[in-house]
Amino acid sequence: MAGTMASQKPQTLIEKIWDRHVVVEEPDCPAVLYIDLHLVHEVTSPQAFQALREKKLGVRQPSRTLATTDHSVPTHDRSLPFADPLAAKQVAQLGINCREFGLPLFGLDSPYQGIVHVIGPELGATQPGMTIVCGDSHTATHGAFGALAFGIGTTEVEHVLATQCLLQRKPQTFEVRVEGQLRTGVTAKDIILALIAQIGVGGGVGCVLEYTGSAIRSLSMDERMTVCNMSIEGGAKAGLIAPDDTTFQYMAGRPFVPKGAAWDAALQEWKSLPTDNGARYDKTVTLDASRLEPMITYGTNPGMGMAITATIPRPDSLTDETSRKTLAHALEYMALEPGKPLLGHPVDVVFIGSCTNSRLSDLRAAAGILKGRKVSPKARVLVVAGSQQVKRQAEQEGLHEIFRAAGCEWREPGCSMCIAMNGDELKPGQYSVSTSNRNFEGRQGKGGRTFLASPLTAAATAIHGCITDVRTLL
Amino acid sequence: MEPFTKITSRMVPLPMDNVDTDIIVPARFLKVTDKANMEQYLFRDWRFDSDGTPRPDFILNQPRAKGAQILLGGRNFGSGSSREHAPWALLAFGFRAIISTSFADIFWGNSLKNGLLPVVVPPDAHAELFRLVERDPDASVTIDLASQTLTLPNGHAVNFPIDNFSKQCLLAGVDQLGYILKQEPRVRAYESAHPATVQTSVKI
Ligand code: SF4
Repeated sequence: MAGTMASQKPQTLIEKIWDRHVVVEEPDCPAVLYIDLHLVHEVTSPQAFQALREKKLGVRQPSRTLATTDHSVPTHDRSLPFADPLAAKQVAQLGINCREFGLPLFGLDSPYQGIVHVIGPELGATQPGMTIVCGDSHTATHGAFGALAFGIGTTEVEHVLATQCLLQRKPQTFEVRVEGQLRTGVTAKDIILALIAQIGVGGGVGCVLEYTGSAIRSLSMDERMTVCNMSIEGGAKAGLIAPDDTTFQYMAGRPFVPKGAAWDAALQEWKSLPTDNGARYDKTVTLDASRLEPMITYGTNPGMGMAITATIPRPDSLTDETSRKTLAHALEYMALEPGKPLLGHPVDVVFIGSCTNSRLSDLRAAAGILKGRKVSPKARVLVVAGSQQVKRQAEQEGLHEIFRAAGCEWREPGCSMCIAMNGDELKPGQYSVSTSNRNFEGRQGKGGRTFLASPLTAAATAIHGCITDVRTLL
Repeated sequence: MEPFTKITSRMVPLPMDNVDTDIIVPARFLKVTDKANMEQYLFRDWRFDSDGTPRPDFILNQPRAKGAQILLGGRNFGSGSSREHAPWALLAFGFRAIISTSFADIFWGNSLKNGLLPVVVPPDAHAELFRLVERDPDASVTIDLASQTLTLPNGHAVNFPIDNFSKQCLLAGVDQLGYILKQEPRVRAYESAHPATVQTSVKI
């Protein structure tokens, strides 16, 4: 098996997956990389299917393709018609495309519908050692299983549909070593927000991150997905974590994982994946988990983050002019004053959801804070499960009753206010604390202002209607 | 795809770091199922008020942006979402090249596949270009893909990197898909040596 023989040069997890998927690499050309799993959603695929039609091409491997509807779908009662005819058309178009090209679709009528990065893992389609792509930058989520998973554009969606391959250049390897134990009230979300605040939103450009260290090893699969999910916010193409017993336990028995002897064979292969002793990374950064505090963003990119007890940085403390302009512009958009704390800042909306934090453990964490409490009458609080399965499990545990009793809205699965394409949106000028991954201008609605944080911080903020340190409620 | 060989044009300066694809094309315009009318969505919320009135202070609404083919961006251009709508909209507005000190990976790939050239310059040349447009908004630079050079009006030339494969595709205006399709026998051989461990078509 490649990479495991003592005579070979020690390899990283990333290099092993890469080498096992190169179909051909000709001189002066990028590698043709085989793609094991292609995830498809309604927003970035229609023009790709149209191109296939025009070129009279089919889909090479329908059973390595999995489609769902998540971005544009309403999260209110699904028996009602769509309010937005464009969204309705886009969702219908995916149905037409999947039927015409023979692709499996977990659409609105499926008991497995949900955010593409939530359903891949929970169905067992996401497996260690795979190459996984989707026309969606948060495909890195699947890296939590030790897969090389990355986002692609619509032209590349067309390439993968037609050939099951992509033209790629070997990425640089970047180890993110996180050691130590998280303190109470500090979560996987805070690890990744702290990392991005440290390396910046361009810090990982050209790289794939591998998260290592004791703090990463002790995370659950849900938490690992939260970390890997936001790799792209640090500019990295992907982020992954070597598979281990936590991974295999999560996967066992899921619908699409191999069964019986095939499982045993797969397990043997998966166990050969972790980075060899002595393998070298192009870059390394370390983070001490035991020193982290709950994090929150103050600006308009995910790198503009700080400990929740800190004060907003001052543009005039920066020496470079473009950096100064960029921060000043962000603070003006956010209507925030440099030098002031964020604690106590009023918010209008709290959003608990998105492919970063909408899995069962996220909902449990938020419910743990909200149980027996009421949310502030000044705040609208949306709780949006990542998938139909997560929603059913949460309801079996009675989490929806805790949320409703506290005054939250319990909605149908989808991307919802993470991207605000479906009518769930901030009004201009409103503030939200959001468990999603992007605080870009207008991301949650035109003129809306986003503070990114963990589900714990979001729940605590919901109770007081202003930014709150969850540790005061524990 | 229109070939890219050589352009000479004014630059439209946008001195902001980390310009993300959400600001280039806001998500609410991603419900389209084709590539038509992309120009109107470009930098929508920086270009227009909520009632659709153009903001005169935004650079793309000023006369100097008319007909300009080069956008001079801040550092780390195109981060965030994978939406190819961003390069589609930039091209539809008339841009053929974007200059920055670095580009987000997906934006880089998306641009090259559509005939939009991302030009990476070193920090000192980047700063010099901003000084140049400040002094003379009409200053033109020439971008020559074959020689991979950007030439300033004073004759100073800066080299920029691009992989040879993408360069040849751009110069000829050919689609990269053709190359992968040609590898079909090797793809078939790979598939028979590597059976799938997932079958998404199986009923669950
Ligand atoms: S939840 Fe947000 S980030 Fe995740 S796939 Fe949906 S829109 Fe993208």
